[in-house]
Amino acid sequence: MKTFLKKTILSTSICLTAVTGSALSYAAADEVKVGFVTFLSGGAAGPFGIPARNAAELMIESINAGKVPAPYNSAGLAGAKINPIFIDENSKQKVADYKKLVQKDGADIVVGYISSGSCKAIAPVAEEEKKLTVFFDCGTPQIFEDINTKPEYLFRTAAHATMDNVAAAKYVLSIKKDASSIAGINQNYAWGQDSWRDFSASMKKLKGGVKVSTEQFPKIYAGQYGSEISALLTKKPSIVHSSFWGGDMEALLIQGSGRGLFSRSQVILTTGETAMQRLGPQMPNGTIIGARGPNGPLAPDNELNDWFRKAYFDRFGSYPTYPSYHMVQAILGVKAAADKAASTEQNKIKSALKGLDFTTPSGNVSMALSGGHQAITETAYGTYKYNKDTGKGTLVNIKRYAASCVNPPANMKSLDWIESGFKGANCQ
Amino acid sequence: MTKNLDRTEKGLIISLPVLIALGFILPEWIVNYIQVSLGTGLVALGVMLQMRAGLVSFGQGLYFCIGGYAAGMAGKFLGVSDIFVLVALGLFASVTVAFFAGFLLRRYREIFFAMLSLALSMILFGLLSKLEVLGSTDGFNLPSATYLGWAPEGDTAKYALYVATCIPTIICTILLNRYLRGPMGYVGEAIRENELRVEYLGTSAHRAVHIKYIIAAAVSGIGGVLWALALGHVDPEMTNWTTSGQFVFVSILSGTGNIVAPLFGTFILEIVRVYAVEASPNTWQMILGTLMLLTIIFLPKGLWSLIQKKKAAISTQKMAGSES
Repeated sequence: MKTFLKKTILSTSICLTAVTGSALSYAAADEVKVGFVTFLSGGAAGPFGIPARNAAELMIESINAGKVPAPYNSAGLAGAKINPIFIDENSKQKVADYKKLVQKDGADIVVGYISSGSCKAIAPVAEEEKKLTVFFDCGTPQIFEDINTKPEYLFRTAAHATMDNVAAAKYVLSIKKDASSIAGINQNYAWGQDSWRDFSASMKKLKGGVKVSTEQFPKIYAGQYGSEISALLTKKPSIVHSSFWGGDMEALLIQGSGRGLFSRSQVILTTGETAMQRLGPQMPNGTIIGARGPNGPLAPDNELNDWFRKAYFDRFGSYPTYPSYHMVQAILGVKAAADKAASTEQNKIKSALKGLDFTTPSGNVSMALSGGHQAITETAYGTYKYNKDTGKGTLVNIKRYAASCVNPPANMKSLDWIESGFKGANCQ
Repeated sequence: MTKNLDRTEKGLIISLPVLIALGFILPEWIVNYIQVSLGTGLVALGVMLQMRAGLVSFGQGLYFCIGGYAAGMAGKFLGVSDIFVLVALGLFASVTVAFFAGFLLRRYREIFFAMLSLALSMILFGLLSKLEVLGSTDGFNLPSATYLGWAPEGDTAKYALYVATCIPTIICTILLNRYLRGPMGYVGEAIRENELRVEYLGTSAHRAVHIKYIIAAAVSGIGGVLWALALGHVDPEMTNWTTSGQFVFVSILSGTGNIVAPLFGTFILEIVRVYAVEASPNTWQMILGTLMLLTIIFLPKGLWSLIQKKKAAISTQKMAGSES
């Protein structure tokens, strides 16, 4: 008995010293630790997590060296160098990992989270831990509308997913004014379901009498869409909406174009931009493409964007896609706030970031909703056109939608706003 | 009374105050890992219990998820946040499902049992991923736990929940140890060795497997409730095969030698994972995989066999000493 007790005490104390010993290294005063959480493994790593991590690495180096163009040409965050800690979002213990990042690794700021499920779990914990946390990519509007209605430490620097689908509906109606029926093919999980709900609700409000001819919900990572494409072909809808991403979207494009889906119906891909570079000539001309905001080829002409695209291409050999842009938005938001507050103290950054307007490669970001914690941006859609001479895909007929046109006003829930017929929307 | 307790039980009873005290001494993030490890450790216990009877459940996440969702739905739709009610609901839901599923599963052994349990858990996964009311794959959040009308806040709430996680875990472990030491427990090993003989000796192997299956589901359900309360969020990932696979992983890693092995194993694996991610955020799975391979090659009976071997060595030494 005694030996058992001794052993237990001994082993726990060994564990303790091993674990706490490393926690005692304090950050230097001119350094700010930023924890980055993205998918580094699993299905979402390739299309989202890795491009986001790449963008973060590039931005951290450039900011620390002071090489980003104006207005971000000062080195560091208010002079302090960024010391990044990367962790994998692909984990079952997301909350425990977050607490470890904050308490043990001593992250001063946390930037991260791609999956809306992760964001839902972390949203209340960020407030509990009183730690400045910036969600950079996850799309669900529920974060500030239902889960964390009085945010203090939590911010999101990307517009939520409602914007994508409201703008999609507006764009597709401007191209196909005589649309009478719509159909959707979306992955059967939260993102696909939410996207289709917002899109179909917006279509019904924008054009009375439009019919839903079929709703297809294949499961995520299915890879084969033969029967769904058949259903879409036989129903002959004027418009087909899809929020597919990554390999699923590429599979749909290749299988659907082979069977004439893209010539029979007007197809709109809300995240199509991520496949443009990879597919090139395989992507059918005339497909409507979105990028979850004015990102990638939809980004406005500005010096920051030119610099970012070139720097990213030089380093990684491909152009940045929207997850990279979202990451840059988050990092520049934090930098703009820190520079404005002239401090890396989280309470000062937090007050400065609240309601801040800042410029990014994807244009102006304004922290306008949920008491200054949720960003809105303008967005854009375009039509795909493959240029045979240059061998590159381009977007033509790009239409821009002002932030106030495709985002709900403050203090109004997204779905209520769509149902109200976009009350208060300002589209000039 | 104490005469009936074996060493493991005595150790467990002593470990309860130790665990609770650790909650106050250790930094909060480690306590958090201990807390989630206790939740998932209970499920690993369920897997280990079946492994003793030669049954590998590749779908134990099913009951883990049922427990978590039962608690979550009670909170979401009925506004219940009392931990006693939530644990009771999780227990009831998982036992009910296991009772009916058991009639089917008790007829299968080996790979067929593994595949069938996996299939059942993936049915739930598919179902939950389709249900928009329950947040689909994003899942939904749970309310903070209350205790018979007492609703602590801040740090008190964290400690209260930690203590409320430790107590049922230790109680379940002691009860399971009791069960494994009893005749019904040993029947499991007999079934693994020779099922036909068990039947000849006058016991129904089907019935014994059925009971084991229900008990495993009961502890997994409780584990699910406790884990979900610690995380504050449930999603269908709980019943995905990767989660179930992890429970099997833990059981193999820690070994089936002792009832506390899976609890320790879960925590050790969790800490190894945390440091693997820290050391190499891009390839941390390789470190875990290597560990698994090394364990299987050099310690086929799991990490617990290290302790057993040492014990055996000590006792032979003593024997030799007394003879001379």
